[in-house]
Amino acid sequence: MSDNACARKTAFRNPADESFTTKALLVAVSLVFLTFFLFLPLVSVFVEAFREGWGSYQEALVEPDAWAAIRLTLLVAAIAVPLNLVFGVAAAWAIAKFEFKGKAFLITLIDLPFSISPVISGLVYVLLFGSRSLLGPFLKSYGIEILFAVPGIVLATIFVTFPFVARELIPLMQDQGTGDEEAALSLGASGWQTFWHVTLPNIKWGLLYGVLLCNARAMGEFGAVSVVSGRIRGLTNTMPLHVEILYNEYNMVAAFAVASLLALLALVTLALKTILELRFGAGIAGGRH
Amino acid sequence: MTNITAASTRWRLKQPSIIPGFGLTLGFSLAYLSLIILIPVAGLLWRSAALGWSGFLAILADERTLRALYVSFGTAFVAALVNVVFGTMLAWVLTRYRFPGRRLIDALVDLPFALPTAVAGIAFASLYAPNGWIGSLFMPLRIGYTPYGIVIALIFIGLPFVVRTVQPLMEEIDREVEEAAATLGANRFQTILQVLLPALTPAILTGFALAFARGVGEYGSVIFIAGNIPYVSEIAPLLIVIRLEEFNYAGATAIATIMLLISFAMLLVINLIQAWSRKRYGNV
Repeated sequence: MSDNACARKTAFRNPADESFTTKALLVAVSLVFLTFFLFLPLVSVFVEAFREGWGSYQEALVEPDAWAAIRLTLLVAAIAVPLNLVFGVAAAWAIAKFEFKGKAFLITLIDLPFSISPVISGLVYVLLFGSRSLLGPFLKSYGIEILFAVPGIVLATIFVTFPFVARELIPLMQDQGTGDEEAALSLGASGWQTFWHVTLPNIKWGLLYGVLLCNARAMGEFGAVSVVSGRIRGLTNTMPLHVEILYNEYNMVAAFAVASLLALLALVTLALKTILELRFGAGIAGGRH
Repeated sequence: MTNITAASTRWRLKQPSIIPGFGLTLGFSLAYLSLIILIPVAGLLWRSAALGWSGFLAILADERTLRALYVSFGTAFVAALVNVVFGTMLAWVLTRYRFPGRRLIDALVDLPFALPTAVAGIAFASLYAPNGWIGSLFMPLRIGYTPYGIVIALIFIGLPFVVRTVQPLMEEIDREVEEAAATLGANRFQTILQVLLPALTPAILTGFALAFARGVGEYGSVIFIAGNIPYVSEIAPLLIVIRLEEFNYAGATAIATIMLLISFAMLLVINLIQAWSRKRYGNV
């Protein structure tokens, strides 16, 4: 009897928990899965980039076409991200601070670009500004090139990164309500003062979070941009497009060298995003996808 | 008196508020939304309507178009199914177990959101090619340059959608429910299958739908590994690009329209799942 009880005691485990073996097995399977689908692809980018040493890596990056691609990518992000930032703040202000008809529908429309294939996002601008459209030849007669030029790339990038800032801010500002703003206004602050001194400090971390994700996508967008860019080397080639060209020319070291910069950007984005989540979790509430 | 009743029953766009800026912010948002998204997308649908029913159907009935749509939807479906299994498991492991490196893995799950698709594309192509690190391991079975390769790339792309939809819900599960089930004699397997899983189903379905929708339209990460053989491993977004390069705008427009309509239907399904689960379980 006592022997039995003792044996039972050592064999006891929480019946609302898995056994150690099960846990170990699930963790192991997860790690194997992630190795094949996340770790190895990420590592391989850097391994391939440095396959022929640091010298070839540097050479691939200082090459004029690569430089032009890097500059264009930075330029496009520098235009697209601030525009979507202003839109995101305006849309979130209207949606979170007021009750009006059709609000749910408006939110659905803002999320729309996430459910449209990037290729289609580019295609809509080709149809709008292409040589067989109404607008294209008209603008061309005034010397304005949209398609196969920088404006087209910027437009396509704005399209695909459209929802990022807005969808971070809307749930956050809805949670915060209107009490702070009403207090500021009743104490005599103007609308702008209220926004700058009350609302903005409340939403700054969520805003930064949205801008971070928006920027990562803007710099890395491939499908939409490839449709509208025309891929003219040194002129309308962004970094992701340059990666494709080099890869298709079997110039693997150069392709992966440029790709490694983009991968680095992704890693920095993830690191900053994680820091924001850990330190200011409440300030970016609703921030998870 | 009549004035007051008239005012309170009159149709209003917005509830009264002392906060300023409604007209400015809503006006700007609507103008920007229309210029960037609505007018261009409406232009696509208008172009497509101009083809007429017969023209539209003739393009869609083309064997190559049908195969491309089949490849896109088929591979996205399989990849989303794989992600439901592994994504749910991963979410479970990350919420319930403590092991070294958990934080790092939790952060890295979002890599597919942050990594540019072209970078993922060339990485997967070189890894899973017949002579790549992983491709050579499976060698009698060719992964790279076949539909299997497309599925691999789409598993990568869709993984965070499932994990990040399921994970918050798992974190909120009340452990007492599981203890109650155990007290009532359920074994662990029964508890997970019959107590926990039903509550997680709406989130898993939403994750599946999001991963599927994203996979159908995915382009950058797929084209490098797919091999792009017409009728076999050519995806619909690539066929749109090919039609555009041939200046076959009608062809590109028709394929884009059917994909867009299916995406809208998916969006509706996702919203319905969420409305249904809110009604049934209170919150998603």
